[in-house]
Amino acid sequence: MSKTTAISFDEVRRKRGFRVLAVIAVLIVAAFIISVNTGYIRLTPLELLHTLLGRGTDKQELILFDFRLPRIVISILIGAGLAVSGAVMQGVFRNDLADPGILGINAGAGLMVMLLISFYPATSAAPVFMLPLVAFVGAACTAAMIYALAYKRHQGISPIRLLLTGVAVAAGMSAAMIVLTLRLDPDKYQFVATWLAGSIWGTSWKFVLSLLPWILILLPYVIYKARVMNVLNLGDQTATGLGAAVTKEQFRLLGAAVGLAAASVAVSGGIGFVGLIGPHLARRLVGPKHQLMLPASALLGSLLVLTADTIGRWILQPSEIPTGIVVAVIGAPYFLYLLARTKS
Amino acid sequence: MSQQTAAGTGPLGRLDEVKLRSRPWAATLILVGGLVALALGIAVSVSFGAADIQLPVVWNAIFHFNPDITDHQIIRELRLPRVLGGVMIGASFAVAGAVMQGMTRNPLADSGLMGINSGAGFALALCFAFMPNLPFMSLILYSFVGAGAGAAIVYGVGSLAKGGLTPARLVLAGAALSALLSALSEGVALYYKIGQDLAFWYAGGIAGTKWFQLKIMFPWVFAAVLGAIALSRSITMLSLGDDVAKGLGQRTGLVKLAGALIVLVLAGSSVSVVGAVGFIGLIIPHLTRYLVGVDYRWIIPCSAVLGSLLVVLADLAARTIIPQHETPLGAVLALIGVPFFLYLARKERREL
Repeated sequence: MSKTTAISFDEVRRKRGFRVLAVIAVLIVAAFIISVNTGYIRLTPLELLHTLLGRGTDKQELILFDFRLPRIVISILIGAGLAVSGAVMQGVFRNDLADPGILGINAGAGLMVMLLISFYPATSAAPVFMLPLVAFVGAACTAAMIYALAYKRHQGISPIRLLLTGVAVAAGMSAAMIVLTLRLDPDKYQFVATWLAGSIWGTSWKFVLSLLPWILILLPYVIYKARVMNVLNLGDQTATGLGAAVTKEQFRLLGAAVGLAAASVAVSGGIGFVGLIGPHLARRLVGPKHQLMLPASALLGSLLVLTADTIGRWILQPSEIPTGIVVAVIGAPYFLYLLARTKS
Repeated sequence: MSQQTAAGTGPLGRLDEVKLRSRPWAATLILVGGLVALALGIAVSVSFGAADIQLPVVWNAIFHFNPDITDHQIIRELRLPRVLGGVMIGASFAVAGAVMQGMTRNPLADSGLMGINSGAGFALALCFAFMPNLPFMSLILYSFVGAGAGAAIVYGVGSLAKGGLTPARLVLAGAALSALLSALSEGVALYYKIGQDLAFWYAGGIAGTKWFQLKIMFPWVFAAVLGAIALSRSITMLSLGDDVAKGLGQRTGLVKLAGALIVLVLAGSSVSVVGAVGFIGLIIPHLTRYLVGVDYRWIIPCSAVLGSLLVVLADLAARTIIPQHETPLGAVLALIGVPFFLYLARKERREL
């Protein structure tokens, strides 16, 4: 009797989780429709449907397929990438405040991308498919550096030292970045400044294609590892006792997280806080089990970035606010709120 | 109240311990030697640059100014204000850091890490965008307000938490607030196309310091540093812990309020001249404590001298690292400061 109730309780929980995922997905569709309609030219839902089915006017097709859709798709992809990256980091480091932005990993990726861009005469000339790779190199080096600096023998990695180290490394990267930006000519400077503030600048299908493989490979990989992450959450000793190769698994997961963050940064600049908020909200909605928490994080991250991008495009029409700024305005207060709530 | 208490017992004993652990001779040496080194640094800084100018010419430019000689003009209008600005902000940030570290007993306290600089910076970005023709005096006042707001938010968040205001919590709250405020500043800058002006200024440029800025800033900084020196004995007591200070009959609330005002004036006025330069207030007090011991009556004046020296030297380095290119001062200081911060974060045994 008690056994059956336990099972059914689990069932209820899972069903509820799937319902939550469905609701978020519906919200994303709603955000998508609003986002497609944000800008100079409005499309009614019917026109939108016609255009999507290839029966719109040339002008409608141009706006939808060449400008708005790629941008929306990219928002959805990087939102998912950054949020899952944050979820993995929070899990592996067992630190609620970990996030690729706060840990300085985004800054590392950004620095390398900046270097690449500054060597090319025009922004369009920078090879698009190189960007995620270069960003990955930067992010991986930064992650390794932070890990080495925060690690102490006999103590491993203390959560708080990790964050402090990340904050410091991010400050160092920003300093290096400032040195670089000031040596650029004004046109390029404007572009780089916008990019650093986190604006989704890769608004063409080329960028979607350069980002897609990273997300399509790494996201399912991390979700496939959900069980391992549940075990890791029990603590190193327990996880080892349960037969998990802790260090190896942590290394693999972190690699995936760094890859997701780097690819996202390469096309969107420095969008922080998505990796922090997504997983937190997901945990509140569907509980801490990673099988549901990771997909929920991905969806919430997508929803957040898509909404922020739409707000950024809409609020000061016809000019734009970089998405990263909108996200920071939503995210930083949330971070402060979490900080005020957590025990030391 | 007898001074005869054995060391280590009761509040007064703790004060005796401070006396034992301070090195007045070392401090005197630092004050004298530091001032000499500073004078040398200023001389080198003024004569050295894109056009090298002989020291006698520098002397003449200062004491027998002749407006027809180009070198005299360069020294009077460009290099002298620049180096004096460096001296002033170096002293300001260092003293602000020393006061904060002493009052909060927090080894990581620094106006740059705690949202004070970015608060002042955001206030200035708003001024640049909406009131481009604001006189400098009002700019300074706005940046005081911004600094105060930044500090209040970081402190508020830090104190709300269970377990109170740990050093790490303060740094994290400061980092998040800085992220928020710099995002907002960037948004304002991008929208109003004042980006590169702000960036140059944010990156910690003392290159553009003007005489009138120095004139306006000097009384504030001078008064605040004197205030810090006057408060230094109380800060020493606070650094032993609130209960000790209270036991010695100190009105801790009042002292903290005075200290906070001093910090805001120092950080606010400095940010309004050079932008958000971090790490001076973090490094210098630690270095000074290591050299002169734990008595803030020595720490504060020595911090002022050493802070000035650091900025003058960092500025010299910024001009010479890449010839023909000014490396921003803030970046040079961050490159020195980040490793130092990491070292501190590693050294802390407790839950930092």
